[in-house]
Amino acid sequence: MKGLLIISGLGVLAMLAEIFKFKKLLLPMVLLGIVAAYAFNFMEWTNEYSISYFSNMISFDKIGIAFSGIIIATAFFWFILANDYFEEDTNVVDHFALVLFALVGALMLTAFTNMTTLFLGIEIMSIPLYVLAASQKKDLRSNEAGFKYLIMGSFASGFLLFGIALVYGASGSFDLEKIREYIALNSSGMPMFFYVGVIMIMIAMCFKVSAAPFHFWAPDVYQGSPTLITALMSTVVKTAAFAAFLRLFMVGFAGVSEVWTGILAGIIALSLVVSNFSAAMQTNVKRMLAYSSISHAAFMLMVVLANIRSNISVDAILYYSLAYSIGSIAAFGVLYNVTRKNTESIEAFNGLGKRNPLLAFCMTVAMLSLAGIPVTSGFFAKYFVFTTMIGTHYKWLLILAVITSAIGAYYYLKVVIAMYYKKPIHEEAVVIERSNVLVITLTTVIVIVIGIVPGLVSEMFKF
Amino acid sequence: MINGISINYYLLLSTVLFIIGAIGVMARRNSIIIFMCIELMLNAVNLLLVSFSTLHGDASGQVFVFFIMAVAAAEVAVGLAILSMIYRNVKSIDTDLLSNLKN
Repeated sequence: MKGLLIISGLGVLAMLAEIFKFKKLLLPMVLLGIVAAYAFNFMEWTNEYSISYFSNMISFDKIGIAFSGIIIATAFFWFILANDYFEEDTNVVDHFALVLFALVGALMLTAFTNMTTLFLGIEIMSIPLYVLAASQKKDLRSNEAGFKYLIMGSFASGFLLFGIALVYGASGSFDLEKIREYIALNSSGMPMFFYVGVIMIMIAMCFKVSAAPFHFWAPDVYQGSPTLITALMSTVVKTAAFAAFLRLFMVGFAGVSEVWTGILAGIIALSLVVSNFSAAMQTNVKRMLAYSSISHAAFMLMVVLANIRSNISVDAILYYSLAYSIGSIAAFGVLYNVTRKNTESIEAFNGLGKRNPLLAFCMTVAMLSLAGIPVTSGFFAKYFVFTTMIGTHYKWLLILAVITSAIGAYYYLKVVIAMYYKKPIHEEAVVIERSNVLVITLTTVIVIVIGIVPGLVSEMFKF
Repeated sequence: MINGISINYYLLLSTVLFIIGAIGVMARRNSIIIFMCIELMLNAVNLLLVSFSTLHGDASGQVFVFFIMAVAAAEVAVGLAILSMIYRNVKSIDTDLLSNLKN
């Protein structure tokens, strides 16, 4: 909770920076603040019980704190990566404030206990991102991305709200625990519209995490937005949306799992097939990563599908989020530096192995991790997800997942092949800033370390 | 029952409004009309929440409506800003012109 408050404070501070003229100091202050937020968040980890705030609207339990930790850590790396993005822009402070407020929304989503905070968290996270996606005013593609994101986001919010209203109509409460009790008490006599409400909430959440067939906005938005904003969307936003999804369906609607598991299994299967086949056909790397994020969404949804309320599934989704976020930060960091003066097509990577060996190596590790090849953390992430799925009825999904992962390896390796075996278009070396080198190397090291010693993260939970 | 009218009618009315809004978002090409349709969807939800709130005799549903109104206003403010930016670039608010993002 203190982490959330600190980051809200930082957001307000960022808005004051223009008036009181400390723009230059803002980045160090924000980085310090984020470290402080992480520290406070970590201190709350040792609490044996969870304290709820605002008459049980929000409550940071261990799961919430762990997800908040991942989000804050990713945001820290992101801010270092984005330092020159902020310098280039004229309205620096507004960008800082928007990103920080989006983070506040993300943190709310990790710890909500009430439908009100779920809705507010989603909106506080999304509205700044609509602005950020459209932040390149003269670029029509960025405008289009922002507009599409806004329309699809509000459309999904409409579904979410209608679902919440129906669930409220049946149970008479917005509180997750009360809804859970209601389901337990009335397991046979619930009105039809309650089930409709649950399905509508699920569809809205699938929009937010961009799972097929509700994914069509994601490639356009990811491609059109500035690269660093895309990085933010595919790490922080994704993690937060999954934390929300997990809490909603493990705490709130676990009792009516027979209604939603079948539909969710269909969504996962479709996402796996659509994303991997479409990604294999892309030539734009940003678009390819968008489809790759859809396939990762499908993997994380599998944990929700397994519906085991135990530490195994929390561990699995937590490890997956961490591996995916950190790997994505590395990949997008390289992509940002390579495509800065270049096209976004895969040819931009040609010959990177000679032009900048370190960058090429980091990109290789990131790609291998996203593809789920051993020694990198992506392998164990997939492995943990599969272990949660073993005991369920959906073994066919497991087989489908393995097959589509094999197709997935093709497009990730396409980038690696371009880097090492293709002749470069421009011969000159790729020069990047020292801070970016630091972030990319550090994230790559983390990807390898938690791949070699997965127990560092996966055994954090002892309930 | 609220004032002698069964809750099902309220449910039916808001569902119809919601569906009209949803179809409007998908079918219309004018951006302003799309925003109006999104508002219609959200107001259908408001109506539903208020009627359920009266049915249960519980104020929290009505408080939720305030949140929805505030958030909808914020969303439309951002949306119109983006729209005016687009208008400056292409001199139109037709969504058919927004198809520059493809592989």
